[in-house]
Amino acid sequence: MTTTELAAGFADKVLGAQSTFRAVMEAMARPGRIQRITFEAGTPAPLMHASAALALTLFDHDTPIWLDAAIAADGTAARWLKFHTGAPLTDDPSTAAFALIGDGSALLPLERFALGTPEYPDRSTTLIIQVQALGSGASYRLHGPGIDGEALLQASLQPADLFDRLSFNAALFPRGLDVVLVSGDQVVAIPRTTRLSQGS
Amino acid sequence: MAMHAETQNSPEQAATARRRAAMAVLAASETAAIGARLDTLAPPAFTLLREPEQGLVMLRGRIGGDGSAFNVGEATVSRAAVRLASGEVGFGYTLGRDRTKAKLIALCDALLQSADYSAAVETEVIAPLQTEVEAARAEKAARTAATKVDFYTLVRGEG
Amino acid sequence: MYVAVKGGERAIDNAHRLLADARRGNRDVPELTLDQISEQLALGVDRVMSEGSLYDRELAALAIKQARGDLIEAIFLVRAFRATLPRFGSSEPVDTGAMAVRRRISSTFKDIPGGQILGPTFDYTHRLLDPQLAESGDPAEPATAEASDAPTPRVTDILRQDGLIEESPVAEDDSAVGDLTREPLNFPAGRDLRLQNLARADEGFLLALGYSTQRGYGRNHPFAGEIRFGDVEVFFEAEDAGFAVPLGSVALTECQMVNQFKGSATEAPRFTRGYGLAFGQSERKAMSMALVDRALRAQELGEDVKAPAQDEEFVLSHSDNVQATGFVEHLKLPHYVDFQSELGLLRKLRAEFNQDQPELREAAE
Repeated sequence: MTTTELAAGFADKVLGAQSTFRAVMEAMARPGRIQRITFEAGTPAPLMHASAALALTLFDHDTPIWLDAAIAADGTAARWLKFHTGAPLTDDPSTAAFALIGDGSALLPLERFALGTPEYPDRSTTLIIQVQALGSGASYRLHGPGIDGEALLQASLQPADLFDRLSFNAALFPRGLDVVLVSGDQVVAIPRTTRLSQGS
Repeated sequence: MAMHAETQNSPEQAATARRRAAMAVLAASETAAIGARLDTLAPPAFTLLREPEQGLVMLRGRIGGDGSAFNVGEATVSRAAVRLASGEVGFGYTLGRDRTKAKLIALCDALLQSADYSAAVETEVIAPLQTEVEAARAEKAARTAATKVDFYTLVRGEG
Repeated sequence: MYVAVKGGERAIDNAHRLLADARRGNRDVPELTLDQISEQLALGVDRVMSEGSLYDRELAALAIKQARGDLIEAIFLVRAFRATLPRFGSSEPVDTGAMAVRRRISSTFKDIPGGQILGPTFDYTHRLLDPQLAESGDPAEPATAEASDAPTPRVTDILRQDGLIEESPVAEDDSAVGDLTREPLNFPAGRDLRLQNLARADEGFLLALGYSTQRGYGRNHPFAGEIRFGDVEVFFEAEDAGFAVPLGSVALTECQMVNQFKGSATEAPRFTRGYGLAFGQSERKAMSMALVDRALRAQELGEDVKAPAQDEEFVLSHSDNVQATGFVEHLKLPHYVDFQSELGLLRKLRAEFNQDQPELREAAE
């Protein structure tokens, strides 16, 4: 056990979880709009600040998590997640409640994750994808519930065809995948109901 | 003390067994008693690796007492983790919602692993608490033993 | 259907103030402390822990105080509280064979290793009200005797050695234990889920069902092979520490029912069994649970499923007193719109009836 080098969790557990929950709830309610998660939290590489805060807020003993190779890397993030959240790690993405993606270019086919069932559509994997930039880069026009008309999201992200891939949500509904994009302390949610506008 | 049967053939296993035995004594002791004994040691400064927190553990039993597991119900549990300046990390777990107790157990666990404090914790904290715990158990056992049934057969009359 | 109705806030606030006053009762009488409840109403605390499905004496005592002694309300409070705490994980299955026994009896063998130990029991009391208890005063100190270190093996272990009783089911690993607090109950349910359901089930409901099996509704010839109550150490595999840490001990009551034997062309006849396990000293609960557990195994053991206690869906769906009280008591919520529509329909039907059959109406008048 190398807890001696382990990074801290939230500076204040209750307030950290509350404010982060509020931010991600706002993000889910307003797809495409950038929210910031600024509450102080330990952030073990290669996790970004907002990913770490989301993990501390949303992961627990009952949420199996799947890490891609970039996050799993040397085990630092895995040990930190285990200690602070108690969430079990899974090798099988189809059993994961959350997946942490550090390298979007190597993103698995989305069908490999849990897509929920018709009876329990919530039993799906929420993807937390770390991207290069939010607020700059390519433009994406989004529409759907929570968006008044159309939202413009600028992001520099991998895989470049992420939104095309996510279009499978339309046919799956009410099953499907919810996505949270993270860059530093910024987050943007792309829930399963959000669609890419035509002609973008 | 119900300890799991383990072959203690390595120093590491022996150290773990010692820590577990100490934790069992501490979990069975009162917070105030642990605190008072620890104070006499003037323990070193430490940082909280895990803020003392309350949570639940699902208690499991076995079908028929000896079969596969099932969930009986939950119990409140408090836990903490501390790190001494010298690097030793201690863990504290206890039934109930007493966060201070979890922190004190974690501190004892860390001190037990420290070359400077190990012997003192063992003799000044754990040993006297163990004596108290065992005395309380012995009293309970003696009272229970008095309710044990001694069957005897009445002599039957002949004829 | 429920309709949001405003305007009751003041009445509700004042009702709760009145409740607090009624809870306190006559202020000239000393207020109850949680220690008093925990120490002197210990079996009520045990029941609230069992059916509240949360082992914490202090919280159960608080719930009883807050609920004015209404145990089902107290159980409801405890269940609601447990939803506020994160779960760290599951304990290692407790070893009831290693119990520090405070009571242990068998109705199947007079001489059992470790002996018959009565412990603190109502058995053999005369059930006569004791006027002395109405006065204060400490009872005599308990008698003591030399305790023996002899092990107290389970009676079922003894029967097992001779192959006289069926083996308990053993799973390959304990990772897939069903948990009805996480996944909704589906039928047929595994025995793990059935036992979890029964462990938190209403004692009165289980008692009545257990009694019904004895009276012939799903008869299975029970003997109380063993009932034991005492303290069991709990261990928790702590990921951070890297080993199973001791958490302290919990008081549990276990009942092993030995039931009618069964054999086949290929298997020698042997006793079957039913199992009960409950928090604290909850003997009636553990015994009833063991009877119902055995009754619910009817199908597995090739018995006819005819009686209520053998009907898994009936038993497991109605055993939870928090669910039951919620559904029964919701009837007192405003159903004004529902009732108005029923009333409207009834008036219409009556009007039609009177139009069609005026002579009947006259006759009725």
